[in-house]
Amino acid sequence: MSANVNTALPLEYQTEQNRMNILGFWIFLGAEIILFGTLFATFSVLNARYAGGPTPHDLFEIKGVMIETILLLTSSFTMGLAIFEMRRSNRNGLILWFVITLLLGAGFVFFEVTEFIHYVHEGATWTTSAFLSSFFVLLGTHGLHVSMGIGWATMVIIQLLRRGLTPVTARKTFIIGLYWHFLDVVWIFIFTFVYLARMVA
Amino acid sequence: MAKNTKGFPLTHVLGFIASLVLTFVALFVALKTSLSFKTIIWVIGSLAVIQAALQLFMFMHLNEGEDGKSNIINIASGVFIAFVAVAGSIWVMSFGM
Repeated sequence: MSANVNTALPLEYQTEQNRMNILGFWIFLGAEIILFGTLFATFSVLNARYAGGPTPHDLFEIKGVMIETILLLTSSFTMGLAIFEMRRSNRNGLILWFVITLLLGAGFVFFEVTEFIHYVHEGATWTTSAFLSSFFVLLGTHGLHVSMGIGWATMVIIQLLRRGLTPVTARKTFIIGLYWHFLDVVWIFIFTFVYLARMVA
Repeated sequence: MAKNTKGFPLTHVLGFIASLVLTFVALFVALKTSLSFKTIIWVIGSLAVIQAALQLFMFMHLNEGEDGKSNIINIASGVFIAFVAVAGSIWVMSFGM
């Protein structure tokens, strides 16, 4: 815990503690990359094991997938704008973009859950085949991350409203920003290798 | 790591437009062209890697600050292990199929 405050830097980097926390969060993201890597490996190995159940061609519909992709990509962009406003010391602008980000994230979760319910009604549950098990575990892990991120971010917004922009709240905001962008990075690979690659005619 | 940035978030807007373009190019290549399956995978896979790098550098500012180098080494090692897990699994399982 250093009391050295370097005011030439953005709020979230002003104390030693903040820098350490941000570095620590990057290390956590490195571990998250490996976690999702193992789930992608499982999916890649099992993705043709249909066990007589539905195939990607029977299930996937590009329209819903594109809606989810655009929602999450736009929310990553608005999260970037929120951090941009934070660095201009504009708390209200930060909260506005932050709330828009969470609404887009909630829209993403809504469409994803709708998609899953649709699959289950078509008889494609996660016990149907190895393909569907690995599909639901990979997508479910990502969707759970987004859902937990919404809860986490809501608590950060409450702190911003009650305590204003301080080095501590700025650091917390910056860290959830990194987390949110990371979830979009994971989705890029889900979009490409789970959906697009399996829908090639 | 500028403290008082300009009034317009140019990097973010450019990153967003580029991400949209990459997404729709991948969609077009995968569903509207009649290239071979292997070619399509390589093209859309490359587009995904470019878009991920875009997010890491333009939105997440991976390399900024005094820990920028540590961040890059750390993320690169994570990506390496994930790549080995995926490519290695596909490779080793291809023998039994």
